[in-house]
Amino acid sequence: MADVGIVLISHSPKIAAGIKDIIRQVITEVPIETAGGTDENEIGTNIDKILNAMEAADTGKGVLLFYDIGSAKMNAEMAIEMSEKENSMLIDAPLVEGSYVAAVEAGMGKSLQEVHDAVIKSFSKR
Amino acid sequence: MKLTVNNSIQWFLKANEKMQENKEYLTLLDKKIGDSDHGINMARGFQEVANKLPTQDYASVSDVLKDVAMTLMSKVGGAAGPLYGTIFLKMSTAVKGTDPVDYQTFTNGLEEGLVGVKQRGKADVGEKTLVDVWAPVVDFFKQGVDFQADQLVETAENAMDNTKDIQASKGRAAYFKEKSIGHIDPGSTSSFYIFEALAEVIREGE
Ligand SMILES: Nc1ncnc2c1ncn2[C@@H]1O[C@H](COP(=O)(O)OP(=O)(O)O)[C@@H](O)[C@H]1O
Ligand SMILES: [Mg+2]
Repeated sequence: MADVGIVLISHSPKIAAGIKDIIRQVITEVPIETAGGTDENEIGTNIDKILNAMEAADTGKGVLLFYDIGSAKMNAEMAIEMSEKENSMLIDAPLVEGSYVAAVEAGMGKSLQEVHDAVIKSFSKR
Repeated sequence: MKLTVNNSIQWFLKANEKMQENKEYLTLLDKKIGDSDHGINMARGFQEVANKLPTQDYASVSDVLKDVAMTLMSKVGGAAGPLYGTIFLKMSTAVKGTDPVDYQTFTNGLEEGLVGVKQRGKADVGEKTLVDVWAPVVDFFKQGVDFQADQLVETAENAMDNTKDIQASKGRAAYFKEKSIGHIDPGSTSSFYIFEALAEVIREGE
C-alpha cells in the first residue's frame, strides 16, 4: 500500500540530502524526495526541482511539502498551483523534526491530512 | 501607441541589458539588507529570457509574457523568481486575446500583475519590496490615457528612491529590522530597470 510522500525543500542541497539521510536510517519505505538548491545546485530554491520532487514522491496518497527560509515557501506555493495536484499540502513546521515526524506517521499508512495534522499537533504542544 | 509582439520582445531585451550592466550594483544593494544575490539572480534569469525570445515565433504579446514568466520562474532563483514569474504570468493572462495590446489592456495587465505579486509575497505597500514600485506605477498608468515615457521613468524612479526610508517587513530584509532603513530595496531597483526599459520601447514606438 502506498504511503504519503514527503518533499524536502531547502536552500541548501546538503541540508535536504542530510535530512533525508536522517529519516532513511529509520524509515525506508516512505517516499522522500529532495528539492535542495537552485538548478545549478547553488544556494536557493528552484520550482522545477520542487515539481519533479512532487511528481516522484506521489505514489497515490499525496505529498506533504516542508520548506526552510525566504523564497522556499513562495516557490513551493507556486509549484503546488502549477502542478494542479489536488493532493499536495504545504506544511508550516520545523524542517528537520517535522519531516521526521511526518515520515513516521506516513509509514503507519495515514492519510495526507492525518500526517499533516499529526505534525502540527506534535509541535503545538511544545 | 499599442504594444506589439516585437515591442514586448524589445522590452525584455532592454531590461536584460540593464540587469547585466547593473548586476554588481543590484548585488551590492542586496548585500546591505539581504544575501547579496539579487544582481546574480536577475542577470541569470534575464539572460535566459534574452537568449530565448529572439529564437521563438510568438503569436501574441500574451505568449511572450508567458514565456518570460516561465523562464524567470525556473532560472532566477531566490524570491525574485516566483515574484516576477507571477507578475508576468498574470499580465499574460490579462492581455490574452488583445493584440497588439492597447493602453487600457496593458494597464489592466500591470494591475493584475500587482495584485498577483501582492498575493504571492503577502506584501502590501510600505513594506520595502518591489510592490512599492509596482503600486505607484499602476496608479500612474490608471490616471493616464496613453503611454508616457518620461513620466513613467520619473514615477518609477521616485518610488524606488522612496524605499530607502522604509523599514523592511517582508522578505529577507525584514531580518535586518531597523538596520534596513537607509538602503534602497534591491527588488524595487530591478523593477525600476524594467520600467525604464519599457519607457525606451515607448519612445521608439512614438
Ligand atoms: N514577500 C515579498 N513580497 C514582495 N517582494 C518581496 C518579498 N520578499 C522579497 N521581495 C523582493 O525581492 C527582493 C529580493 O530578491 P532576491 O534577492 O532575488 O531574493 P532572496 O530574497 O530570496 O535572496 C527584495 O528586494 C524585495 O523587493
Ligand atoms: Mg537576495
